[in-house]
Amino acid sequence: MSAENVREIVTDIYENISSQSLEKGDVLINTLHAIQDHFGNFIPIEAAEVMKDLTGLPLSRIYEVLTFYTMFSTHKRGKYVIRVCKSLPCHVTGGQAVVDSLKNILEIDFGETTTDGLFTLEETSCLGLCGVSPVMMINDEAYGNLTPERVSEIVDGMVSRERSE
Amino acid sequence: MPAVENTVLICAGGACISAGEKSVKNVFEETLKKYSLESVVRVVETGCMGACDLGPILVIYPEGVFYQKITAENAARIVEEHILKGRVVEDLLYKGDSGNLTEKPQEELPFFTEQVRIATRNLGVIDPLSIDEYIARDGYFALHKVLFELSREDVVEILKKSELKGRGGAGFPTWMKWDLTKKAEGDTKYVICNADEGDPGAFMDRAVLEGDPHTVVEAMTIAARVVGAQKGFVYVRAEYPLAIERLTHAMAMAREYGFLGENILGTDFSFDLEIRIGAGAFVCGEETALINSIEGKRGIPRVKPPFPAIKGLWEKPTLLNNVETYANIPPIITNGGEWFSQYGVDGSRGTKVFALAGNVKNTGLVEVPMGITLRKLIFDIGGGVPGGKKLKAIQTGGPSGGCIPLELIDTPITYDNMKKLGTIIGSGGMIVMDEDSCMVDVAKYFLEFTVEESCGQCTPCRDGTRRMLEILERITEGEGTTEDLQLLKDLGENIMSTSLCGLGQTAPQPVISTMRYFWDEYEAHVKEGRCPAKKCKSLIQVVIDRDKCVGCTACARVCPVEAISGSVRKPHDIDPEICTRCGSCLAVCRFGAISKVSP
Amino acid sequence: MPKIKSLEELMKIKENAMKGLKMRDSGKRGKVIVAMGTCGIAAGAKDTLRAIVDSLEEKGIDDVAVVQSGCFGLCDVEPTIEVHLEGSEPIIYGHVSPTQAKRVVEQHIVGGKVVGDLIVKRGEL
Repeated sequence: MSAENVREIVTDIYENISSQSLEKGDVLINTLHAIQDHFGNFIPIEAAEVMKDLTGLPLSRIYEVLTFYTMFSTHKRGKYVIRVCKSLPCHVTGGQAVVDSLKNILEIDFGETTTDGLFTLEETSCLGLCGVSPVMMINDEAYGNLTPERVSEIVDGMVSRERSE
Repeated sequence: MPAVENTVLICAGGACISAGEKSVKNVFEETLKKYSLESVVRVVETGCMGACDLGPILVIYPEGVFYQKITAENAARIVEEHILKGRVVEDLLYKGDSGNLTEKPQEELPFFTEQVRIATRNLGVIDPLSIDEYIARDGYFALHKVLFELSREDVVEILKKSELKGRGGAGFPTWMKWDLTKKAEGDTKYVICNADEGDPGAFMDRAVLEGDPHTVVEAMTIAARVVGAQKGFVYVRAEYPLAIERLTHAMAMAREYGFLGENILGTDFSFDLEIRIGAGAFVCGEETALINSIEGKRGIPRVKPPFPAIKGLWEKPTLLNNVETYANIPPIITNGGEWFSQYGVDGSRGTKVFALAGNVKNTGLVEVPMGITLRKLIFDIGGGVPGGKKLKAIQTGGPSGGCIPLELIDTPITYDNMKKLGTIIGSGGMIVMDEDSCMVDVAKYFLEFTVEESCGQCTPCRDGTRRMLEILERITEGEGTTEDLQLLKDLGENIMSTSLCGLGQTAPQPVISTMRYFWDEYEAHVKEGRCPAKKCKSLIQVVIDRDKCVGCTACARVCPVEAISGSVRKPHDIDPEICTRCGSCLAVCRFGAISKVSP
Repeated sequence: MPKIKSLEELMKIKENAMKGLKMRDSGKRGKVIVAMGTCGIAAGAKDTLRAIVDSLEEKGIDDVAVVQSGCFGLCDVEPTIEVHLEGSEPIIYGHVSPTQAKRVVEQHIVGGKVVGDLIVKRGEL
């Protein structure tokens, strides 16, 4: 992916978002979300430079926003980002065993990506699904009432679906 | 196979078994066979139903009829009369206090009967994608009333009478916020909905946005009319994609019907809404940090005053309420302020949605009049603690709140009472913890959260909470000292008085509160190297009782680190040097031979 | 849809939609409401919904609508569904896995008998 390429894509996204917005000058975060969705779970660092030119904001402002929010990543992540809840309601209902089994099955720690590039494991604070805890999200899909067995079913299911495609 | 017509639940709790449950079950099944009913009546043994003095107990569904003190003789009678002929056996009917039962005739479940659903009135009732169904439940009639029948002052007056307070945490009177923003000078004003729900254990805002998005759209439009705003923003956390999807749909439908956009309901009032999505920062739930985030900046709090009502979004007067607060607005306007304030008690009027999570049977959302006791909430509505365990504490208010111990469970839930107990109602999350929870570990958990979520702007919060966490880690690893306890207290008080925003000012609360009620537990950790709840891994050992172990090898096979040795049919042993205290072996032992011990 | 400008227009929509909610004159014999909040989905509500639709189709039932709603609050028993047949009180079922969903269709919707062991609540919320 060339820098030119990134510039073209980011410009398109920015113009699209700006045209839908009620107010100018505040579209940075929404644009970053859209860029991340487009590139698949990460924002190429070159995009910051392009956003600087498009918005007229100093580069430092763009970097600070890009790095402040935990959901933005400038590192390439897996096709599926698994966010497992580490908050108290999940903790008191068996969350630690779920976390351990995810690490075991994927053979990675938090913040790492599997060698096949499929999964990145991240911890998250409360997902607001405490009624069916412990929980995790895989991209935008939520999974609840987790046990180590169910975790391995879900991950195995995704792996075999990927292989058959 | 014919379809099952009846399900019979027989209590197989310890008390019922000792009262003869097994023979009752045998006779019951034999009698069913005698009449060839075994394929249409399912007999299920359940856990303890709680009315142990009246056992053996059984319940027949679908009717939900309870029978008590069943003997082998009258078990046959129940089959012949009730199942075969459909006649209730009056003299065996359950006569005890139904409050003791965990399995009751379903229509009487206090989970449903105790609720007064105002903010959650439409949840599970309407299709969130249908604006017509929202209208069928009186939706948008309040907006019509505000535009055609009431003055802006009238609306503020109604809110004042309702005594509604902000449901997001701080509990500031809602009418006052509306009035301040309304009176603030300026032509351009904004209304914002805070849907950045982040307190661990709270999920009512998500449920409202997903199940009844129009109530937020209607309430914000009303708010805009009253304060004089032209634009509004709903700030939703990115972790709630379904809420964003449903709200987006609701806004589009509202525009189509003329409830949003130019000339609303044919009047000269125009207003529109836009969704802003967070990006994973808890601190954005703080109102000034949220405003910064909408402006496209880092979510760091601003110094108050000026308050957002005077200088908010882009320095303009801004009204900010959370989802649950807004959800109460349309019914209050339709039914009047007094209607809302009839519920609750002095100083805490109306209803509040609580989220029950953790070690409680009925996890979920309940809306009840304020002033209800914790006992009623946790035991009657929540069904108590599962697995026969004892309640230890209830954590309220998330990382800004504290823990309430079992002894104080009869306290009515009001803003004032919670403050006296050293916690807050907050957004209404209630995390129930049973006897297996270690309070030092719980405090550590919240500090980990704060350290992770501190925005880093002010030193007390950024560095102070980190130091507190280090001390707590020392304590849970058995390396804490009595001086550490004092240091922890001092540091906490310091952070609370010197931090910039609500996050830092309340961050030490979980530690201070657990120290207040569970001092013994802290002392056990530092003085005796003991974790009373047997939770802190460094302070426990997993051991096998050689008298109970039959040598089945199940534990040795499941141990991930091969710490268990022993030959078949001989007692096994765990090598404490290798053991990681993961507890896998405990879960598989069928002989109760393995246990955790803390010196 | 022309924009609404009067109370009369609002009332008209309300009346029509009430019929749908109460199922009068809707041309259907009943409806199944699947709670599709994120918590329900996390507990498997999508599979339940699919199982209900498949099972109704299999049996050639086209006078029972399948609709969705938000979460009614009792997360512990998710996935939950509500079966509301005309002329009888609505029944909310809990822990409705795809297998149980088939049972509800066969026993309740086809057979007219409630599935006792899954009942969470009888009557309107």
